[in-house]
Amino acid sequence: MTSATPPGAHLPEHGDFLWRNPEPKKSYDVVIVGGGGHGLATAHYLAKNHGITNVAVLEKGWLAGGNMARNTTLIRSNYLWDESAAIYEHSLKLWEGLEDDLGYPILFSQRGVLNLAHTEQDVRDSVRRVEANKLNGVDAEWLTPDEVAKICPIVNVSGDIRYPVQGATYQPRAGIAKHDWVAWGFARKADEAGIDLIQDCEVTGFVTDGDTVTGVCTTRGDIACGTVALCAAGHTSVLLDMLGVPAPLSSHPLQALVSELLEPVHPTIVMSNQVHVYVSQAHKGELVMGAGVDSYNGYGQRGAFHIIERQMAAAVELFPVFARAHLLRTWAGIVDTTPDASPIVGHTPYRNVYVNSGWGTGGFKATPGIGWCLADTVAHGRPHEYVAPFALDRFVTGALVDEHGAAAVAH
Amino acid sequence: MSSDFRVEGYGRVDRDQTLTFTFDGRTYTGHPGDTIASALLANGVHTLGSSVKLGRPRGIGASWTEDATGLIQVEEPFPEPMLLATAVELVDGMVVRGLNGQGRLAQIPDTARYDRKYHHVDTLVIGAGPAGLVAARAAARRGERVALLDDRAEAGGSLTGTETIDGRPSRDFVAEVTTELAGNAQVVHLPRTTAFGHYDDGFVLALERRTDHLSDPPAGRSRQRVHRVRAKKVVVATGAHERPIVFADNDRPGILLAASARDLLHRYGVLAGREIVVFTSDDAAYAAALDLVAAGAKVTVLEVRAQAPAGAGDLHVITGARVLSTRAVLPADETVGNHGRIASVAVMDGGGHEFGLTCDLLLVSGGWNPTAHLFSHVRGPLAYDEALGAFRPARSVPGVEVVGAADGVLDLAGCLGPEVTAGDEPERTPGEVIWRVPGATDRQFVDVQRDATVADIARAVGAGLRSVEHVKRYTTIGTAHDQGKTTGVIAAGIAAELLGTGVQDLGTTTFRPPYTPVAFAALAGRERGELFDPVRTTAVHDWHVAHGAVFEDVGQWKRARHYPQPGEDMEAAVLRECTAVRGGVGILDGSTLGKIDVQGPDSAVLLDRLYTNMMSSLKVGSVRYGVMCGVDGMVIDDGTVLRLADDRFMVITTTGGAAKILDWMEEWVQTEWPGLRVHLASVTEQWAVFPVVGPRSREVIGAVFPGLDVANAAFPFMTWRDTVLDGVPVRVARISFSGELAYEVNVNAWYAPAMWERLLEAGAPHGITPYGTETMHVLRAEKGYPIIGQDTDGTVTPHDLGMAWAVSKKKPDFVGKRSFARPLNADPLRKQLVGLLPTDSTTKLPEGSQIVELCDDGVLPAPPVPMLGHVTSSYRSAALGRPFALALLKGGRERVGDIVHVPVGGQLVAAQITSSVLVDPEGARRDG
Ligand SMILES: Cc1cc2nc3c(=O)[nH]c(=O)nc-3n(C[C@H](O)[C@H](O)[C@H](O)COP(=O)(O)OP(=O)(O)OC[C@H]3O[C@@H](n4cnc5c(N)ncnc54)[C@H](O)[C@@H]3O)c2cc1C
Repeated sequence: MTSATPPGAHLPEHGDFLWRNPEPKKSYDVVIVGGGGHGLATAHYLAKNHGITNVAVLEKGWLAGGNMARNTTLIRSNYLWDESAAIYEHSLKLWEGLEDDLGYPILFSQRGVLNLAHTEQDVRDSVRRVEANKLNGVDAEWLTPDEVAKICPIVNVSGDIRYPVQGATYQPRAGIAKHDWVAWGFARKADEAGIDLIQDCEVTGFVTDGDTVTGVCTTRGDIACGTVALCAAGHTSVLLDMLGVPAPLSSHPLQALVSELLEPVHPTIVMSNQVHVYVSQAHKGELVMGAGVDSYNGYGQRGAFHIIERQMAAAVELFPVFARAHLLRTWAGIVDTTPDASPIVGHTPYRNVYVNSGWGTGGFKATPGIGWCLADTVAHGRPHEYVAPFALDRFVTGALVDEHGAAAVAH
Repeated sequence: MSSDFRVEGYGRVDRDQTLTFTFDGRTYTGHPGDTIASALLANGVHTLGSSVKLGRPRGIGASWTEDATGLIQVEEPFPEPMLLATAVELVDGMVVRGLNGQGRLAQIPDTARYDRKYHHVDTLVIGAGPAGLVAARAAARRGERVALLDDRAEAGGSLTGTETIDGRPSRDFVAEVTTELAGNAQVVHLPRTTAFGHYDDGFVLALERRTDHLSDPPAGRSRQRVHRVRAKKVVVATGAHERPIVFADNDRPGILLAASARDLLHRYGVLAGREIVVFTSDDAAYAAALDLVAAGAKVTVLEVRAQAPAGAGDLHVITGARVLSTRAVLPADETVGNHGRIASVAVMDGGGHEFGLTCDLLLVSGGWNPTAHLFSHVRGPLAYDEALGAFRPARSVPGVEVVGAADGVLDLAGCLGPEVTAGDEPERTPGEVIWRVPGATDRQFVDVQRDATVADIARAVGAGLRSVEHVKRYTTIGTAHDQGKTTGVIAAGIAAELLGTGVQDLGTTTFRPPYTPVAFAALAGRERGELFDPVRTTAVHDWHVAHGAVFEDVGQWKRARHYPQPGEDMEAAVLRECTAVRGGVGILDGSTLGKIDVQGPDSAVLLDRLYTNMMSSLKVGSVRYGVMCGVDGMVIDDGTVLRLADDRFMVITTTGGAAKILDWMEEWVQTEWPGLRVHLASVTEQWAVFPVVGPRSREVIGAVFPGLDVANAAFPFMTWRDTVLDGVPVRVARISFSGELAYEVNVNAWYAPAMWERLLEAGAPHGITPYGTETMHVLRAEKGYPIIGQDTDGTVTPHDLGMAWAVSKKKPDFVGKRSFARPLNADPLRKQLVGLLPTDSTTKLPEGSQIVELCDDGVLPAPPVPMLGHVTSSYRSAALGRPFALALLKGGRERVGDIVHVPVGGQLVAAQITSSVLVDPEGARRDG
């Protein structure tokens, strides 16, 4: 009989006190709509970097219960385009100091990410991304199949698979963190700074005066505001609709799943587009995986099962040892995707309303970065340089940042 | 070892046969019909492993899948990392061991077979307990197609056999119903089949375990099967889970749910203890207690309520009692499987007196939680029921019916309904809802598997958490292997108590699939290895194989990449093939190109709207190259279009783009322009296509098709002609993807091998050389022809490719046109397709390399270094006698002649920007 407790069993305890549950005030300087990771991080940096604390974060459900509670926590910055690399690398640097900044354990584990290449075109795209990363100062390497196997011995790099692994890009500084810990760390700090985190408070409308929003209507009453920051992820399109602002956002279910707790077998993160799945093993031992969005649009946090089945086939194909693992739980979030797979951040036609959306399948990693930049944007009334390229009007000018076609890596 | 805890006259295991198995290295016996749990308990083994965080002993806590703790690892015959001992049927020779919270994945490959089956039924009944059997029988008698699933090995659900139904023993009733169903061809009845997921519109997934319980499974039978059932009506008859009560040290081995002990007795003939204490606030435990007494146990009942219910008989009942804590056997006393097992309980009676009771088994019953998971999967609303102390279906959902205990109906008569009569049962007195007793909260386990206690819930609430979701995440309650089947509501109840609110106000949790864990392999099904994605091969694949082709994956296709001769590497083979084509004649298998047959009076209108260039002006008999863009004006595909008739075209797509482009066209036709009279069909696999390419191709084609006038005047470039060979229709088109004189031979795929051979034969005197995709790529790159998806990446317009000529200025509109008007499309710094010649004339630039400005000092500056573009294609050219590349480069066409740097493996390689057309820029070769 085994009695020693397994690795990963002893995670740090959560804080004794996290946040107050205040009644909403009549008015705030800044109202952040959406208490997910982005909203909470923005609140934190408003207080920390700009001394702005007369702020409310309005959350329609329980704090950080949207995508923040549902994502698979991959963090990396090996994006192709300069604009993307800049903000994600800024974010990754913040992650590297976040535990100290928040004074809260976030279990950030830089275990590296392998993005597998299976076709000649995968190889070209991968080399292209690695070379771009290097020139942008982002750590990146191109690995041969043998080198892949050294880093992650359970990946099937043999020839007897439908799409043999031809190599992989590797970003050693990539990693995972614990989503709830991160959200609660931000929330606790924001609360400590005097910011009101208001739950069960759904924004149902806006009070406008010309090109100014003077207040938000909520299920807990109307609240006047100086500036509004929209951080509602999959529901941003609903809020923009209330304001009559068209934006090319489409919401899709994105599913994920975990296995039972397993002894450590998987030391890094592996992602593959051709054999579509990505996997990491969480601290406690469960395999965490996901793949692509369900192709239909919707706001229900549920996906279709064939997506999971296909993902399982891919997982077993790439990692034969996973055949015996079990699917323990599946779930879905609603992700806000854009035509160029890059976020939409910055001005809206309303003078004092900023939008932060379109992070789609990959906004968890951006949490500290976007919180930082959005706080700066709100504080100074102009887009921070890292978010400027992601303005809504790029769909009019054509200045797209297309992370789709070229790199085609989600999450 | 003898089975000390097996009682004569009970259970349905086959005692005539003995099976041997090992647990943690020791050998035990059991019988067919046992589970690992029942066999271990029969041997007096309660303790299986230790808890994940605190390392406390953990044992069997129930008799079926609601067990929160009894986890084992199976080593043989089929390694499994983590299963419930209660759900593993015993077979001879099994080797299992206990767990400390994590399972181990075996390294030996899983070669078992897993498959899928589809069912379409009127009524799907999930659960073959009394309510489910009645529902299934009624549906079958109505003449419906019925599927009845149950996760256990035999039907009957919670019926123990002691009940009376329609005046007969309940097992007879079960046998009668199952026999009737078995005789009905419209009914599928699947035991050992767990419905694990319920999706919209009556779609249910169920896992059938088909071989693990057999000592000698038939060869070829799949180990597990996923049944995909689509039903007009889904009847959820999944019963209820007994709920424990929380007290200090409630996590010990030797503590079971009361009804589970009863189930163990009647199903397996196992008496899980001899000196039993039953702690209950619900009537059901009395039936268990009475049966255990009858089987020979000594039982004391600790009743939470002030009065014992009607069914108490002459049981020894202490009312108003609470279990305060438990003690384990003394360490000195420990035998294997007994580690940490309960030895006594500390009790407080209604009068406040505290005393101890020795026992070897403690049974707990705090009421019942309807198993409404499958109802909740489809957003069926659950509401907290005060009397039940549990969540139950609140409103109906169309197409879903919840019956029996799953709906909170706890008496047999209620579950059977009006058509069937149950024997007399003692009248139920209301249970008392009690989550926990006072005591040391840090030893009161709520989630026994996660080691999460009442103290943890208190900390969560103290931290400011008000939502049950937050409490669960803070404490990890409900996230373990059992997904909180029995204890989820207890966590909510305790949190509500601590907050002084109602359970309902805390928010309900939703259940998510799967109901119980499902092996990845089962879900992967047959889609593994070769079958992971279909392998598509052309009609002459065998020839390629026989001639030593090296293949590459292009989409799902296996394409011949090159044909190395002995001693040749790819580079040498490709240089040889290229030389042969430009110097004589070569032949390619181009059959994988996508082919879409476009028919109908509005065909030309559709193509005009989808291609950037004009297709309606194309003459019958002619061919035109065309480009398709997305709505963003970026190139998504290219290819040639053959006009076959006024109302009929053949659209040729790239190999990889075939399905995508058909989808794309269909989407426009079906959703945007449903008024167009046009139909599309993929004919990719119906036509084999063999380009015969090179200055000698005319001779070859002329020789093979005597009926075809191959002269330039009669058969000019970008036209097609039909001809006949031995009665077989053949279409030949003068299309060139290499700049050489070329004829593409199209023939029904059935005749492809013969046609291929004919062409080779006729070409032999001219030294015809089969060439692969790599040579095709080199030849086209020398001419600056882009490959969509390689030289483009979704950010490239036709103009960027130097194909402004392919963008009609006359057409009023086409997909992508509007986007060309965006300011950024006129940016002179857009990336454009250019050629790149490494100045050392020897380096082949790796594809994907980035391009930077010339670094005067030969040293790359510190990051970030501005990038000008990247190398999209790069080859050695036989024609040029040097390597060359294509690249997308900022403002590239204006920079022809400039030198740039390409970082390659730590070095900077200088390269000169050139036009993208490097061979035969005048186009002199295409007519031979
Ligand atoms: C399954 C899955 C896997 C993912 N994996 C990764 C990954 O591995 N790596 C990665 O980087 N990203 C990943 N993502 C994406 C990432 O989760 C999101 O991009 C990111 O969380 C979005 O920002 P957020 O945290 O603020 O969103 P959310 O947490 O969704 O926050 C938005 C909040 O707004 C609230 N809200 C909406 N409407 C209103 C209203 N009217 N009034 C008040 N409140 C409102 C919502 O309730 C919600 O709490 C994944 C997402 C999913 C669903």
